[in-house]
Amino acid sequence: MIALLLRDLKLAFRAGGGFGLGLAFFLIVTVLVPFSVGPQSSLLSTIAPGVLWLGALLACLLSLDRLLALDWEDGSLDLLATAPLPLEAVVTIKALAHWLTTGLPLVLAAPFLGVLLNLPAPGFAWLVISLLIGTPAMSVIGTFGAALTVGLKRGGLLLSLLVLPLYVPTLIFGAEVARRGATGMETQTPLLMLAGITAATVALLPFASAAVLRINLR
Amino acid sequence: MSIAAKANALWEYANPRKFLATSERVLPFFWITSGACLVVGLVWGFFFTPDDYKQGSTVKIIYLHVPAALMAINCWLMMLATSLVWLVRRHHVSALAARAAAPIGIVMTLIALATGAIWGQPMWGTWWAWDPRLTSFLILFLFYLGYVALWEAIEDSDTAADLTSVLCLVGSVFAILSRYAVNFWNQGLHQGASVMRAGAITGTDTEEKVSNIYFYPLLLCIVGFVLLFIALVLYRTGTEIRARRIKALLTRERVNG
Repeated sequence: MIALLLRDLKLAFRAGGGFGLGLAFFLIVTVLVPFSVGPQSSLLSTIAPGVLWLGALLACLLSLDRLLALDWEDGSLDLLATAPLPLEAVVTIKALAHWLTTGLPLVLAAPFLGVLLNLPAPGFAWLVISLLIGTPAMSVIGTFGAALTVGLKRGGLLLSLLVLPLYVPTLIFGAEVARRGATGMETQTPLLMLAGITAATVALLPFASAAVLRINLR
Repeated sequence: MSIAAKANALWEYANPRKFLATSERVLPFFWITSGACLVVGLVWGFFFTPDDYKQGSTVKIIYLHVPAALMAINCWLMMLATSLVWLVRRHHVSALAARAAAPIGIVMTLIALATGAIWGQPMWGTWWAWDPRLTSFLILFLFYLGYVALWEAIEDSDTAADLTSVLCLVGSVFAILSRYAVNFWNQGLHQGASVMRAGAITGTDTEEKVSNIYFYPLLLCIVGFVLLFIALVLYRTGTEIRARRIKALLTRERVNG
């Protein structure tokens, strides 16, 4: 399992696996927002938590179609499916690798981009906490979507269509935590809901992803 | 007949031939009764009920709005049930029924959203508000779109049936989650459940409820929509089965010829 994780991480870092692409996309979205809504700092600081959450979500979405597609193309996915490691563990590791290479950098970059959008001072900690809790769910849900569409020739757009509705609860609670944190309101309820969604998806969705992957590899 | 025998009788319809024969026999009944219910219910509702003292004649859009919204949700539940049957018992008719139902669900969702917007404009002063009920319907619409798109995208029909079934199961969980999330996110304009409430029907609670004058034609419209939905699903499933057969025949011809 650890070998597989290391292999995925190495591939992501070395072989142009799009490690930096998600970050760059996040940066560009954040930079474009003031151009589209105007530079008033009061307006920007109101929408900053939501925009940063949306940017992170889209950046995560962008990297999903590479999650399994490369392994599918060169046949290593078939090898992994016949390996003694259960497929559930394989997809969990894949999701973990995706989170380490996409989710975690987004979390770390978010506060710096928050400065650009004039995020209120108490919001920084909450933004990082909510993203830290929410992004694993995005990776796991995304792995399910990637497993659904892995055999398709033009799966990218379909993948977005399938995954975005599944992201709704995570986005709502995550952005709510960040927004409430930025305005100094209590954040406990949405935070617990967000953590609950992440825990449930991490625990249950790998089974669905593995089932779907088995159907696709049949 | 014992319960077990009855349960077995239900599975007989997993045979496409039997399903087609029976559905052809009962279809005229469903078309006619649903048509009759809808015509009577709508005419009764539109012309023979008084205008509401607050809402005027716009209240009458309820005869389309409520049944369509109800069917939009029930259609998803039906797809969930047939998907489960497909995954567990691998009856092709079941998977095809789910496939046949999805576009009907999309249309029902659109009718509910459109009539809601037309109703909301004079009543709330806006076509659209990010109200929990409205928002969850929009999300339901997205789920339907994804489901249909996945069916269309996959060439192998058994793989498509499997994948869409799993998507339907997972999607159902997330649809319910979204409903609660959206409820938490925004308190809305839309009134609560006011038709199908035990107290509302017996008249024991005095909260806002649909008055009996409107309730009976509404009930007729709901029955009409349910029957119409069943008729459409049977009809469309029959079409799917025949399309599948034609495909099989063509393949056989190509192989043999």
